Amino acid sequence: MTRALLLLHHRLIGSVFVLLIVVIGTFLLLEAAPGDAVDAYIASTGGDAGMIELLRHRWGLDQTALTRLANYLWALLHLDLGQSVTFSRPIRDVILERLPNTLLLMGSATALSFGLGSALGIYAGARPGSFRDRFLSIGSLTLYAVPGFWLGLVLIIIFAVDLRWFPIGGIESIASGKTGLGRAADIARHLVLPVSALGFIYLALYLRMMRAGMAEVWRQDFVLAARAKGLSRRRIVLAHVARNALLPLVTMLGLQSAQMLGGSVVIESVFSVPGLGRLAQEAVAARDTPLLLGIILVSAVLVIVINLLVDIAYAFLDPRVGASEAGV
Amino acid sequence: MSPLRRFLRTPEAIAGAIILVALFAMALAAPLFFPGDPQAIAGAALLPPFQDWSLPLGTDRLGRDVLAELFHGARTSLAVGLAAAAAALVVGAIVGTLAGFAGGLVDEVLMRVTDAFQTVPGFLLALAFVSVVGPSLGVVIAAIVLGAWTGPARVARAEVLSIRERDFVAGARVIGMHPLEIAFREVLPNALPPVLALSSVIVAAAILTEAALSFLGLGDPNRVTWGGMIAEGRAVLRTAPFLSIIPGVALVLTVLGVYLAGEGVVETTAVRRNLS
Amino acid sequence: MTALLSIRDLTVTYRRDGSEVAALKHVSLDVAAGERFAIIGESGSGKSTLALAIAGLLPQSTRIGGRIDWLGRDHAPLGGRDIGFVFQDPSASLDPVMAIGEQIAEVAHTHLGLTWSQSYAKAKSLLERVRLPEPDAALRAYPHQLSGGQKQRVAIAAAIAAGPKLLIADEATSALDTIVQAEIVALIRHLVAEDGMTLLFVSHDIALAAELAERIAVFRHGQLVELGATAQIIASPGDAYTRALLDAHLGLDAEPLLQQAGASG
Repeated sequence: MTRALLLLHHRLIGSVFVLLIVVIGTFLLLEAAPGDAVDAYIASTGGDAGMIELLRHRWGLDQTALTRLANYLWALLHLDLGQSVTFSRPIRDVILERLPNTLLLMGSATALSFGLGSALGIYAGARPGSFRDRFLSIGSLTLYAVPGFWLGLVLIIIFAVDLRWFPIGGIESIASGKTGLGRAADIARHLVLPVSALGFIYLALYLRMMRAGMAEVWRQDFVLAARAKGLSRRRIVLAHVARNALLPLVTMLGLQSAQMLGGSVVIESVFSVPGLGRLAQEAVAARDTPLLLGIILVSAVLVIVINLLVDIAYAFLDPRVGASEAGV
Repeated sequence: MSPLRRFLRTPEAIAGAIILVALFAMALAAPLFFPGDPQAIAGAALLPPFQDWSLPLGTDRLGRDVLAELFHGARTSLAVGLAAAAAALVVGAIVGTLAGFAGGLVDEVLMRVTDAFQTVPGFLLALAFVSVVGPSLGVVIAAIVLGAWTGPARVARAEVLSIRERDFVAGARVIGMHPLEIAFREVLPNALPPVLALSSVIVAAAILTEAALSFLGLGDPNRVTWGGMIAEGRAVLRTAPFLSIIPGVALVLTVLGVYLAGEGVVETTAVRRNLS
Repeated sequence: MTALLSIRDLTVTYRRDGSEVAALKHVSLDVAAGERFAIIGESGSGKSTLALAIAGLLPQSTRIGGRIDWLGRDHAPLGGRDIGFVFQDPSASLDPVMAIGEQIAEVAHTHLGLTWSQSYAKAKSLLERVRLPEPDAALRAYPHQLSGGQKQRVAIAAAIAAGPKLLIADEATSALDTIVQAEIVALIRHLVAEDGMTLLFVSHDIALAAELAERIAVFRHGQLVELGATAQIIASPGDAYTRALLDAHLGLDAEPLLQQAGASG
């Protein structure tokens, strides 16, 4: 347990620095935008020069960049992300509203890709060079080449349009008045296709990693020793080879979280899921730079937290982590 | 056996090479086979494929020739894929070499910056960048590089860390070579091979990211893109699904070709290992 | 003495990168039940190949000619149950992410039909037999927490867990420090005597083998060069190569070695 805590401590300090760089960097990037949120607002709602100046002053956009950055950082310390011009609400509230949907989508997709991917990878890696191994290898490579948004559209065509098994989009039936288990089932039904689209791509990744990992572990001496002990093939594959090959995949979980968050942007767009990714797209369309900045920040925090959790989990799984060198 | 012959004996390499050659041919031949603006109206709207042999793959909502668009889209995908990968490799290699060679504070700072770029989801960063600066081909490429340079940077740094302890580096120091000169003339060339091994993955990721950006309407509006074609087809998904499916198949084949060719190169250059 | 193992005209060829390498050429010898038999050779002599061939652990791609007959037995021997194998490097032959107690218990569980708790109890008693301190704590320990000598004791415990009739030690002491080597050799000798096992001791160190074995077989470039009782070989080696091997060892320990050779067998 102390191993994990020490790790955590070290990483937290580093993470703060990283977040600081993210904030400053993103702030500077969005500074470069020709025209700001006020221009976009005026463009859609109309108003005169006096109105523009009033809004600029009210939203603090007439101050220098440095002042605004300082103000922003100060507000951050109070967990205040500012005001969204599009929604006229605190950004924090808007994001917190959408965040659970994205977490649900990402969590389910990760469970699918990791679980099914590593299982299939074990199945393929149990007999390297066999037909099923080669088939799964080519198949997963092809799947990994598929654009997520296109897979989503294909799934919609097949399952929502032709077969009508699942709804085309949204997260739940509007104004259905369902509660509890019924509502959960409704949401689940809406999420099947988007989770599949997001999950299948990364499934390919975990499959290939597991397969490659197992091929690597098969070559190790302790596997030969396990065979010399006369253990059943099943035990060798699962308890020895797979257990060792699993470790790099756990690390990958952390690394993939950033990519999957990015992937959720297009998937949520294709399936009209009201999540963080879709919010990012809306922010881009409305040129709501404070909102976009807030989303990027929250995403960075999310990635950092996920990576920390993954590292702690890894420390539990691999007994060699953090241990001092062998005693006498 | 020469490297070329070994390459040609790997089935993955051959398949990948065939696909890529076809792709390059499409891209280069586009203005030849389909001169004029591919976005010009060529016939009746929403013509299904294989009906009219002058329009083999049919037409889209506005009556544009799908096959022409497909060929011209290949140019965008290839251009973005190759340019973004090249730029990401260069930027990453430079940053990684500097960090690994300089060590100390420079290394710390550069690594924190790399962490920052890796922590923010690459696609979000690209999204923000393109929306801020405005969609054009150069901007899309830069946006992709923003997320892609960190991988090569880490690999380069790791390589440099191990190389800089070697004798020939000490020798260069002794004869009074300037550190920057040592870093970039002696160390970097030796650190390159593992960095270059990443290139096919980066090209593939770049092509897919460009497609996603175009799909969301953030691609270069003056060019035909496969992502843009898919977005266009989405409006008529029920009635004319082929408009979304065809460019997607092109994307899958292209990316698959890149992966296969990349694996083929790895197979060719890897030391042959004994199968137990 | 009844014969346990009869090898006739054994030839093993590895296939590597399209070319073939002959590791063993027309080897014939017998191993008697309960004897301590040493296989001596330098690298490339084929001694490890012979050990792996006897244990049935050669890779699929090898070509095997000749025969290995197990006498007094109606089925082929099974690793773990009939043959215990100890590898050279215990850092590599133990699973790094599995507790050592489990790595011993799984052998008992697989071959002796014991439940897991029974198997763990057996593992503990085995750890006591191989003289590992604090067996209870050791059961839950991981390989990286042990020293080289301790790891090899664990490997030996796992090898004999199911009570095999034949123990093969393939360079089992070569990766260890000299003093630890002696301890492990003494341990092996003790266990083999206690359980009445046949021992096949593979090594490059003829002096070490002389301490342990009753008969020695010398190998060179995949061929059997000399075979005979230990005392005989040490005192008057028939082959020039054997003589060369012995000469390389003669020095400070010449006197005690010769005395040893006179005392054993």
